[in-house]
Amino acid sequence: MKRVYVNEEWCLGCHLCEYWCVFSASKETHFPFAFDGGAKPPAGIRVEDYKGINFAVNCRHCEDPLCLKGCISGALSRDESGAVCVDKTKCVGCHTCIAMCPYGAIVSGGDNMPIKKCQLCASRDHVPQCVAHCPNNAIVFEEE
Amino acid sequence: MIDYIQPDYEVVRNKDLCIKCKVCVRQCANEVHQYDEKRDVLYADNSKCVNCHRCVTLCPAKALKIVKTDHCFKPSANYTTEIIKDIYRQADTGGVLLSSMGTPKDYPVYWDKMLINASQVTNPSIDPLREPMEIKTFLGRKPETVKYREDGSIEVEKFPNLELKTPIMFSAMSYGSISKNAHLSLARAAEQLGIFYNTGEGGLHEDLYKYSLNTIVQVASGRFGVHEDYLNAGQAIEIKIGQGAKPGIGGHLPGKKIGPEVSRTRMIPMGTDAISPAPHHDIYSIEDLRQLVFSLKEATNYKKPIIVKIAAVHNIAAIASGIARSGADIIAIDGIRGGTGAAPSRIRDNVGMPIELALAAVDTRLRDEGIRNNVGLVVAGSIRSSADVVKAIALGADAVYIGTPALLALGCHLCRSCHAGKCNWGIATQNPELVRRLNPDIGYKRLVNLVNAWSHEIMEMMGGMGINSIEALRGNRLMLRGIGLSEKELEILGIKHAGE
Repeated sequence: MKRVYVNEEWCLGCHLCEYWCVFSASKETHFPFAFDGGAKPPAGIRVEDYKGINFAVNCRHCEDPLCLKGCISGALSRDESGAVCVDKTKCVGCHTCIAMCPYGAIVSGGDNMPIKKCQLCASRDHVPQCVAHCPNNAIVFEEE
Repeated sequence: MIDYIQPDYEVVRNKDLCIKCKVCVRQCANEVHQYDEKRDVLYADNSKCVNCHRCVTLCPAKALKIVKTDHCFKPSANYTTEIIKDIYRQADTGGVLLSSMGTPKDYPVYWDKMLINASQVTNPSIDPLREPMEIKTFLGRKPETVKYREDGSIEVEKFPNLELKTPIMFSAMSYGSISKNAHLSLARAAEQLGIFYNTGEGGLHEDLYKYSLNTIVQVASGRFGVHEDYLNAGQAIEIKIGQGAKPGIGGHLPGKKIGPEVSRTRMIPMGTDAISPAPHHDIYSIEDLRQLVFSLKEATNYKKPIIVKIAAVHNIAAIASGIARSGADIIAIDGIRGGTGAAPSRIRDNVGMPIELALAAVDTRLRDEGIRNNVGLVVAGSIRSSADVVKAIALGADAVYIGTPALLALGCHLCRSCHAGKCNWGIATQNPELVRRLNPDIGYKRLVNLVNAWSHEIMEMMGGMGINSIEALRGNRLMLRGIGLSEKELEILGIKHAGE
């Protein structure tokens, strides 16, 4: 399946992907409106910065996802594209998936609130917004 | 000390749109944008802004714009704001003023005062989408005579030529003045386009030897990075005598830009200033030039054409005639509006002449002397569009060099601050954090797009004139008419006025 990959050679640490990710998760069509309610990244992607190395991290949509195995409420499932998605009406915010994810790719939405994770922009015609708006082609969406 | 100089630009932030993502703070190498955590406020230091548009372009909320300040001196047509500020600057520092890229001064752009012909009724125009259209160009000395052998076959003395798929090449820009990623983008684009890029005087980075088939190597007065492998790495060798933006003076790459890789490539110690002398100290005459031309030919087994690049100056026609007789295969001429990574402002803005006049004068002189076919003629110094290319070729050029348009394609916004070394677009800098901003995968495609687009337009314009081969356009000055030019200008350009 096509996944989002990051090449740290070209990642600038501008963090734009994080903001487009928040926009993608919102239902808004005008970019600034997505942040009206005080929404802040990270959501599905997070840029790690360390001593001049920058690297955006997001869900690997593993072959055998530990998060999905650990989910106590059945909120996590695979959609038809293969992406591991969260049903926010079912998620109880127990954070088991966060503890189980070996990549640290799942983000807390707050105590007892649904978690946030990459769903490969299922709500945006599966066009990952982090990829579309990366200014330096550091994030790509392709087959492994 | 009182700071007399107020900012030229103001950063305007639309607070209704700003989402405080701080990409402007992270991306501005000039540290214009600041964020105060305690107050949760973004603010800007306008005095540092060079108007490079990095923040504006990356702002996802489109909340930023840069405007020219309306803060003003009492208006004067003589003591303009620029003149006053330059005087303050020199009174502050006692130094020579530096600037970058082409002169912003309002010298006549003759390209815009020439119109191109087209066919109507009495001769057919050609549709390049349906009929063959040849823009392949050979650069170098052409055979003067053709001999027939007894069996009727042809005997021609052949000289080394450069073969270009389109009459456009990338100007010399050294590794050091521009980044490795910029060089890599140019090299990859040249390879894909079937044209050439030029190393400039900074040597050739070891990773770029693989683009040898599309490389012109330069030998300039500093002789930086010149060795046998380097000379043989290119398909042609360019002796740089002068540059349009700074005729008569050398170059100076500050020591802080000489990091480990630039140091190795230029073959000079790290951190030392790379100073190119104003003259080549072994060239004081055409005869001396001839010696260097033939030394380089000797070093490369007479297999590569030698280019001599000069700036357009007053006696350009006589100088070009001398060069054509020196054994050089190609003459490259750079006009006053040409770009630079750093030049003294007064030189850039006052020395030289527009390339259009220089080109016409040189082509006329070489034809009059019957030596035009001894050399290829390449012009540079503000070739801004395909129309400029067509006009240059009609005036007599074989091909053009483009520098500034290539950098614009790579993201340059012409903020003219290259000499500061903090290029936010990763072009004119050696800071690894900034160099990373130019991904050659993107850069080379944009260059290929640009040159392909121009090539299509050149073919359209040629077709309109009823010309299907670039050879038939070259020096075809009847295809040009002047508009709003004086008798003298028309005479020098060798063209008629519109309506004639």
